Amino acid sequence: MSQINRLGGGQIDRTKTLDFKFDGKSYQGHDGDTLASALLANNVRLMGRSFKYHRPRGVLTAGSEEPNAIMELRDGARQEPNTRATTAELFGGLTAKSQNKMGSLRFDFMAINDRFSNFLTAGFYYKTFMWPAAFWEKVYEPIIRKAAGLGSISFEDDPDDYDRGFLHCDLLIIGAGPSGLAAALTAGRAGAQVILADEDYTMGGRLNSERFSLVDQSGADWAAKTVAELTSLPNVRVMARTTILGAFDHGIYGALERVSDHLAVPEVGKPRQILWRIYSKRSLLCAGATERPIAFENNDRPGIMLAGAMRSYANRWAVTAAHNVAIFTNNDDGHKTAADLHAAGVSIAAVVDIRQDAPLSEEYEVIAGGQVVNSNGRLGLTSIEVSLPDGNTRALPCGALGMSGGWNPNIHLTSHHRGHPVWNEKIAAFCPPDNGPAGLSVAGAALGNFTTAEALASGACQANAILKDLGIKQNKVVLPLAEDAPANMTPFWYVKGCSRAWLDQQNDVTVKDVKLSHQENFISVEHLKRYTTLGMGTDQGKTSNMGGLAIMAELTGKTIPEVGTTIFRPPYTPTAIGAFAGRDRGTDFRPTRKTPSHTWAEEQGAVFVEVGMWLRAQWFPQAGETHWRQSVDREVLATRNSVGICDVTTLGKIDVQGADAATFLNKIYCNGFAKLLVGKTRYGLMLREDGIAMDDGTAARLAEDHFVVTTTTANAVSVFRHMEFARQCLWPDLDVQLISTTEAWAQYAVAGPNARKLLKKVVDPEFDLSNDAFSIYGLRQYHCVRWTKSAFV
Amino acid sequence: MIINHPILGPRDSAEFTYMGDAALLDRPDWQAKDALLQFVDYGYLRDNPAGPHIELWYHEQGDRSFLVVTRDTTTHQISSVKLASDVARGRGRSK
Amino acid sequence: MRYSGLRVLKEALTGHKGWKPAWRDVAPQAHYDYIVIGGGGHGLATAYYLARNHGAKRVAVLEKGWIGGGNVGRNTTIVRSNYLLDGNEPFYEHSLKLWEGLEQDINYNAMISQRGILNLVHSDAQRDAFTRRGNAMILNGADADLLSTETIQKRYPFLNVNNARFPIKGGLAQYRGGTVRHDAVAWGYARAADQLGVDIIQNCEVTGFRIEGGKCLGVETNRGYIKGDKVASCVAGSSGRLMAKASMRLPIESHVLQAFVSEGLKPVLPGVITFGAGHFYCSQSDKGGLVFGGDLDGYNSYAQRGNLPVVEDVCEGAMAIFPMLGRVRLLRMWGGIMDMSMDGSPIIDHTHIESLYFNGGWCYGGFKATPASGWCYAHLLATDTPHEFATAFRFDRFAKGQMIDEKGMGNNPQLH
Repeated sequence: MSQINRLGGGQIDRTKTLDFKFDGKSYQGHDGDTLASALLANNVRLMGRSFKYHRPRGVLTAGSEEPNAIMELRDGARQEPNTRATTAELFGGLTAKSQNKMGSLRFDFMAINDRFSNFLTAGFYYKTFMWPAAFWEKVYEPIIRKAAGLGSISFEDDPDDYDRGFLHCDLLIIGAGPSGLAAALTAGRAGAQVILADEDYTMGGRLNSERFSLVDQSGADWAAKTVAELTSLPNVRVMARTTILGAFDHGIYGALERVSDHLAVPEVGKPRQILWRIYSKRSLLCAGATERPIAFENNDRPGIMLAGAMRSYANRWAVTAAHNVAIFTNNDDGHKTAADLHAAGVSIAAVVDIRQDAPLSEEYEVIAGGQVVNSNGRLGLTSIEVSLPDGNTRALPCGALGMSGGWNPNIHLTSHHRGHPVWNEKIAAFCPPDNGPAGLSVAGAALGNFTTAEALASGACQANAILKDLGIKQNKVVLPLAEDAPANMTPFWYVKGCSRAWLDQQNDVTVKDVKLSHQENFISVEHLKRYTTLGMGTDQGKTSNMGGLAIMAELTGKTIPEVGTTIFRPPYTPTAIGAFAGRDRGTDFRPTRKTPSHTWAEEQGAVFVEVGMWLRAQWFPQAGETHWRQSVDREVLATRNSVGICDVTTLGKIDVQGADAATFLNKIYCNGFAKLLVGKTRYGLMLREDGIAMDDGTAARLAEDHFVVTTTTANAVSVFRHMEFARQCLWPDLDVQLISTTEAWAQYAVAGPNARKLLKKVVDPEFDLSNDAFSIYGLRQYHCVRWTKSAFV
Repeated sequence: MIINHPILGPRDSAEFTYMGDAALLDRPDWQAKDALLQFVDYGYLRDNPAGPHIELWYHEQGDRSFLVVTRDTTTHQISSVKLASDVARGRGRSK
Repeated sequence: MRYSGLRVLKEALTGHKGWKPAWRDVAPQAHYDYIVIGGGGHGLATAYYLARNHGAKRVAVLEKGWIGGGNVGRNTTIVRSNYLLDGNEPFYEHSLKLWEGLEQDINYNAMISQRGILNLVHSDAQRDAFTRRGNAMILNGADADLLSTETIQKRYPFLNVNNARFPIKGGLAQYRGGTVRHDAVAWGYARAADQLGVDIIQNCEVTGFRIEGGKCLGVETNRGYIKGDKVASCVAGSSGRLMAKASMRLPIESHVLQAFVSEGLKPVLPGVITFGAGHFYCSQSDKGGLVFGGDLDGYNSYAQRGNLPVVEDVCEGAMAIFPMLGRVRLLRMWGGIMDMSMDGSPIIDHTHIESLYFNGGWCYGGFKATPASGWCYAHLLATDTPHEFATAFRFDRFAKGQMIDEKGMGNNPQLH
């Protein structure tokens, strides 16, 4: 099928054509496409349905902040629900299905909910479904549960492997846009150990999405050249397809590397993903910024997207969502999209700018002081209604609309330690808190430096400051000249009088819901979020939260910083549970500890029992025995009447040595050990400080200054820990040393009236086992075997 | 978290087992007249501060040292790490 | 204003203009009969039952931030009454009974969903322990059912029964257990208490107690001094730092517990399932997210956030029994401050200071206890005698050697 929305240029490889399927229908895209760009190229604007009202949804963004274009990727056991089409790399044979629908994507029966939206307002479920009481689990809840949820799972075991690894560096740079690349160049050339990580598969950030040039080369070319140099440096590790998920304590970051997600199946021996734990001395956040939508009536139709994303699709992927595009903006940046699309041959219906003094264009119409007040088109945008400064309304046919409400710095990681973001009036956005994670600096657009020149300079500047801190000599880096025009902006959040204007497109939270939340006193930002579910979707509200805050501020007569903001939590983007678990799953969940006789017992057909991580032979069934009692009774009787042996290696064994060993044991046990004779064993009882029994076992005295203590299997670790505590913390000057010998010695109990007879068969005749020579609680050493005689097992 | 072990250098806290308030070093004299009361306090009552907390970490997956760590419970920042045996001696514990 | 389907219908047809604030925003008065410190689930329930059961008139709930912002707003939403010991079981069973009638009582749909809880068993010893526990539950009037591996396999075909490091050998089910929409509990109690005249005061932080002659007269707050005839602390994880202002040391340490939610999914799990060979528990919310958790991080913390090793440990537990979840994505993780007591059981008692009362030490079981905690605390406050189901939750049980230690772990809070 032809890609009718494909433009010229771009950074895709047109020599490689890839076939893929969406909802069973075949399409083609190119190497370098994302699933979203390939769908747009094929004029597919409808990609999903919203959570509550099942409204038609198209792609809103071009990155990981995407709330709408989420789908079930792949088939069978590899089916992945809720996958963002905007970050899924296209590969040959890719299959994807739309989700959260009943019927087809175009005719979703659940869309009936939209007709009843008046009843299904924020929190309506807290007010009803209470009568009769028994109906909740039986009637209401099953219906709600079936309707809720987004994608579905296959219920098959995940067939892929996941690895976990550890990395160390002087400087972790998060994001490889202009600021991150400038920082990496600065720190890399200075010889610092650098890790540069970016979630995208092509590094460069906005440099790949913009048309401007850095002196004599395009942004994308400069980025590629810089990445090539960085890759060649032995002290720099360049990690594409790697998302830094969370800032943890003391410079530790969690990172997810998607090793194989761009392939149909992982290569043999390779994991699907790797969870890295990165130990950094310092870190620099260069995560860029996310564009804000504008709330107006019916602003959620497929075809309505962020203006910056439109620019990415056009410049990077050579795609437009439609051939007739309008822009709705409150700032200069929105005009850039019109200019770029126009240059690519796309017809611009108009740029609607809320500002009376909007910059004008000779190439297309700019409606200064206008506002988009409504939109039309059931499954995709067909036209918008624009209110003009003179009070009239004008209909504008268009197949796509780019919204630009300004940009929010991506400060998520800076609030992972619960630091509260700081309001910046100049850009009308929250900036990183002063009390962010220790060791984390911020540069570029994430700090509110929105021009490319500012971003490059701030990346280099922050890197230099960090190098100085770390005592690494700086190496001068000359950065290319870049655009430095400030993007003027007039804060504007929503069109007055709008009601069903979407803030959170995934969860269907509209301006009306925020107003109801306010009316019912759910005014605190946390209440607003929880009551309306604003920002609770798979995108954590990256594009939706600010609008809600701004409206709440207006309703309460406060400023946005007074209203405050909720903070982001790890992970930065949703992360597979399998990746966190690594290889510790299924039968490899935990190691298995086996006793020395394990193989022998297996050969005898023993039934084993789990004792912590140990496997212990429980009984040995013989032919004809059908119930465990038969086997166990036989074994008990054999021991009582003759002899039985038992592998008790699992018991803890602690070697205690030193001049004060006896004094130490005297303190540890509630009974005395100082007078125990060498060559004797004694039962010992250990108490907690509150007098309750903690453990028991035996202590054998091998020499004046040498004991061996046994513990129960379950408490082997905790008793050893307790003894170390006593030795180091309570009586630090006692001359005593401890070592666990649980695994070093096999241990067998031989019991029953014929025990002596049996032992005689395994020792040389000169080893005297008579009662006189080997009395009760006696201890003997024979070759490398220690024998104790005991009335306690 | 990372604990800067006085002998081994920086180690991941996952190698350690947390053992609670370092007041556990100050085990009462069991022969004191009010030993019973002292032991109730010692065993069961804690300062549990929101701020700097002096606490015990046991390097269970390492050299088995008990360490006395001063860590802020509101930020997790660690300001000091010492060998518990040294601290215990400093508090008058011996044999 | 009563909530009902009819009301929703009427408001929908008239532009939702009639909805009133769920609770009033009020400024603190100078003097209350009862001051409850802490606008979490337990504090709001206490205030509600003070008004409802004991006719208390002048009651204030002081909340330093926003109501429901503590552990009631950040937990894994499980309710159950599957305890072993006599000091605990009747109390938690009372709580479960209150949950069962809560929505009609407070006229708020907290989505109490009794879809059952299943504790998996992986060894003979564990089966013995759960059998004993199940019997103790039945003796105390709760429901319990010991399930065979075959039954479990039939009911939960997706469980990794055999191909696991710790094969599933059975399970203990409590069918009346389940989950509750946690935020709605705080809001529902707040609204119901408000309608009975309770003042709910947000952004009001207690900065000190006024104590004279061994008697507590009231509290200092960031909004001025408030006199209270009886002052009731109910601040869970913040107990240590609050009671330090009354120079009290507690048998409690504050620890961080992380919890997790996945992206929304079409129905996967029916009810709550817990893994017995690691620490992992999981359910699915009405919205579709899998809600799960595991062990404490294991160190004192008020930071409300945790670290990676425990995240990994919890997900290992998930993959041990549900390898089908490998490609499901974890959406959010967060940390709450747990008031871990020295024996793993709570305290509802008066302090040695006259007119000052204490409720805390809920470890990580506080959410399910919310109704009974409020019920019994209100009883203690109103009558100065412990409620019959909470007689064991005393401060002096440690000195007297009467610990309520379900796990037998002793005075090691992080192990409870």
